[in-house]
Amino acid sequence: MAETKAAPPALTRKDFISDQIVRWCPGCGDFAILAQTQKFLPTLNIPREKFVFISGIGCASRFPYYVDTYGFHSIHGRAPAIATGVKCANPDLSVWVVTGDGDSLSIGTNHLIHALRRNIGINILLFNNEVYGLTKGQTSPTSRMGTKTKSTPYGSIQEPMIPVSIALAAEATFVARTFDTNLDHLSEMLLRAARHKGTAFIEILQNCKVFNDGAFADITERSHREETTLTLSHGKPLIFGKEKNKGIRVRGYVPEIVEFEPGRAPPEILVHDERHPDSSLAYLLSKLYTPKFPAPIGVFRDVERPTYEELMSQQIEAVKKTRPADLQALIAGSETWQVPAQRDAEEGA
Amino acid sequence: MADTKPKPVETLESVTIRFAGDSGDGIQLSGTQFTTATAMSGNDLSTLPDFPAEIRAPAGTLPGVSSFQIHFSSKDILTPGDEPQVLIAMNPAALKAHVKDVVSGGILILNADTFTPQNLEKAGYKSNPLEDGSLADYRVIPVPLSTLTANTLEDTALKRTHIDRCKNFFALGIMYWLYDRPLEPTLDWIQKKFQKMPEISEANSKALHAGYAFGETTELFQSHYHVGKAPIKPGKYRKITGNEATAFGLIAASQLSGRTLFYGSYPITPASDILHELAKHKNFGVKTFQAEDEIAAVGAAIGASFAGHIGVTGTSGPGVALKSEAIGLAVSTELPLIVLNIQRGGPSTGLPTKTEQADLLQAYGGRNGESPVAILAPATPSDCFDMTIQAVRIALKYMTPVVLLSDGYLANGAEPWKIPDVSSLPPLPRLNASDPDGFFPFKRDPETLARLWALPGTPGLEHRIGGLEKADITGNVSYEPENHERMVHLRAEKIQRIAREIPPTEILGPHQGKLLVVGWGSSYGAIASAAQNMQKQGLEVAAVHVRYLNPFPPDLGRILKNYEQILVPEMNLGQFLLLLRAHYLVPAVGLNKVKGQPFKVSEIENKILQMLGKKETSDGGNKSRAARANA
Repeated sequence: MAETKAAPPALTRKDFISDQIVRWCPGCGDFAILAQTQKFLPTLNIPREKFVFISGIGCASRFPYYVDTYGFHSIHGRAPAIATGVKCANPDLSVWVVTGDGDSLSIGTNHLIHALRRNIGINILLFNNEVYGLTKGQTSPTSRMGTKTKSTPYGSIQEPMIPVSIALAAEATFVARTFDTNLDHLSEMLLRAARHKGTAFIEILQNCKVFNDGAFADITERSHREETTLTLSHGKPLIFGKEKNKGIRVRGYVPEIVEFEPGRAPPEILVHDERHPDSSLAYLLSKLYTPKFPAPIGVFRDVERPTYEELMSQQIEAVKKTRPADLQALIAGSETWQVPAQRDAEEGA
Repeated sequence: MADTKPKPVETLESVTIRFAGDSGDGIQLSGTQFTTATAMSGNDLSTLPDFPAEIRAPAGTLPGVSSFQIHFSSKDILTPGDEPQVLIAMNPAALKAHVKDVVSGGILILNADTFTPQNLEKAGYKSNPLEDGSLADYRVIPVPLSTLTANTLEDTALKRTHIDRCKNFFALGIMYWLYDRPLEPTLDWIQKKFQKMPEISEANSKALHAGYAFGETTELFQSHYHVGKAPIKPGKYRKITGNEATAFGLIAASQLSGRTLFYGSYPITPASDILHELAKHKNFGVKTFQAEDEIAAVGAAIGASFAGHIGVTGTSGPGVALKSEAIGLAVSTELPLIVLNIQRGGPSTGLPTKTEQADLLQAYGGRNGESPVAILAPATPSDCFDMTIQAVRIALKYMTPVVLLSDGYLANGAEPWKIPDVSSLPPLPRLNASDPDGFFPFKRDPETLARLWALPGTPGLEHRIGGLEKADITGNVSYEPENHERMVHLRAEKIQRIAREIPPTEILGPHQGKLLVVGWGSSYGAIASAAQNMQKQGLEVAAVHVRYLNPFPPDLGRILKNYEQILVPEMNLGQFLLLLRAHYLVPAVGLNKVKGQPFKVSEIENKILQMLGKKETSDGGNKSRAARANA
């Protein structure tokens, strides 16, 4: 027993499965993400009680109920705000926000971009299925032009938002994209997010079987995945295609695809640099999307900046060193006067 | 100057003075300085700052006028005074906006330099009131403040615009002489404030001294006045505004509970000063968070509370409207949360800098579903300290949101405060759950019905909370009809049990009789003064002031039955009245004022006299004017 006290038994996937029945529709992409997360969490060697999963409203936001950690299923769009309070209160916690495209790119966009610009130490998993699922099928801020839904029977007439572009524009320090059926890649992204100091943002392309089935088939389908995705890898040229015969170069400010003979990539092919202090190139990559380009998968950006909670603690500690916490002195302030116990008869009265 | 004989001193019991001028004239500053000097002189006092929502409305116009009223006395006083006896007007617009409030025969000290055709026109005067006889009811004292200040400072290297800005100190100097106030507190303040600008510091000090000397020597004043020290309880005092007291109350509660204070807020008038005050005191470990919006501010406070801090959010009515859904989340998740609503005139953006009490029903029911919260309301600026601590105590003990209803008048108004001995304040214990044995997130304390507070990071207590209805005890999501009804009742019952925390209601005056005035919030001073005055006239009038608006004090119902009539004055159209009538089935009557200004004592007195049949109408003047208009 002595040994187990010194080193508690390592956690397993089972430790992160709650006793709640998972209530997503059969075939939902969320199942794979949940399973992969439960499998990945034990690998972080963080005690289970230190994890907090916080969500808003939507299908994805039911996630916390199914993970046996601390969890908070909050209100629509507000998860990053609540997570900010949790992380400020206890920077020691590993805080995860689970959200969807409606939750954090419509009603909660303000909180999302401000969390990112503050670089608060939370991990944001945005399940993007390009549709409102829980309200039964309306257009979402990521739905593509022309998408027919219950609320847009003649097709959507709004330009979609690109989650990764939004995150980069908000000066996020870690931005990645992955998808629900690519489990190894998903795991790798989760791990990198967990290790990142500051806000980590992952867009997870996720299929909605009921209301938007096959929304990402043009990108993620195994049969053509190598042609329609571009796997980002730091320090490596941006090459894709089954034959590894295509690459991305920039002419003027405009990216374009160049084809070449396999193994003979021309030097103007862009080399990925996720650590570049300037987010411009990452932003340019975020604009590559189907159908004109392969959709980049992987880490767009991974840079270091002090976190909000660190700076908050530093200020408090610095002030504490110079001024004692004397409550009596605080409430007295600098301008006081004494009313004596026995007062002389009022003069001249 | 050396030859002047000292002028005679007249002793007065109370004086009400109003400073008025352009927003840029330093009126609030002059008022605040006069208040400090008055407090230091040992008077009792009460203040009413009143300023426009615009930072710098066009100079010389009516919308740009800012004012500050102070009532000080050698007696115990509770209000900033009904009608000023003295008005200091820095320009024609200030005169025009305020002269109608000045008591007949009162003193008008006017900056004569500003009564130019151009300024008169800006203020909408057809002729010069200094010359046309329209001010015959008053003692007019025209003082060329700008010229005198310029003469005083002609030797300095300052630019003319800077010199002119010193004229408020010249005026203040005159007032200090006229009312026998010490210069030192203001001289010390000037020195500290302008430490890095010695020329400005010197010029302001010089202007203050020169104003004082001018009062002493000028033929304009025949005598000056003395207001004796008030019979205040012995002890150490300071002057305090409601917003300062609220901020200190939060810090005190944090210290008393041993929990970190987290204040999430978004700038809004008149609540922002609380954020500013708290942001200064990081040595107490205070975490302030200026959020991207009102919703994030309350969201972060809820998150901090989930993790074990004292989560507080502060705002005004429009901000509370935005936070409503999140407050409902805190009701559902049963987390402690303190919501400060520093009320202002509404609806919508309304009157940002003016006071009103029209958010009571918003606090009471402004959320979807059955969503009860505790509601507390401080009565005076210093009472904000005690009621804020009480709000935190209730939030922690009952695991519930508590709304504290302050308002613009309390927020910015000042009064002397006997500084409490912090070692005498009772601690605020609240345990975190730690025992995994038999733990359930919605297991309740049988006394308070508060659920367990299990902080993330505690081994073995992992659990999920959220806005979906939860099963009793286990906290699992539940749509069960019986369970929902049970949970709705439990949440309501928990709030009702807070009544146990409420001290006996204090009755000012006879414990039964003809008429009871029932008030809440910042109208305390006017109500208590009116009741006292009526009692002095031998009328059976009492007053009670309700600081707990949900739940109501347990003894309130019994008290109400002991009077023949009940009057409820409030700065809204009868929100408290509605609740009182609904709860106690009493035929109470309202006295309602929605002018962005606090009640005058006389307004309440008139209504009482009317109800007792001692007077025909409560607002005869207005009525006859209206009748004339209709005729």
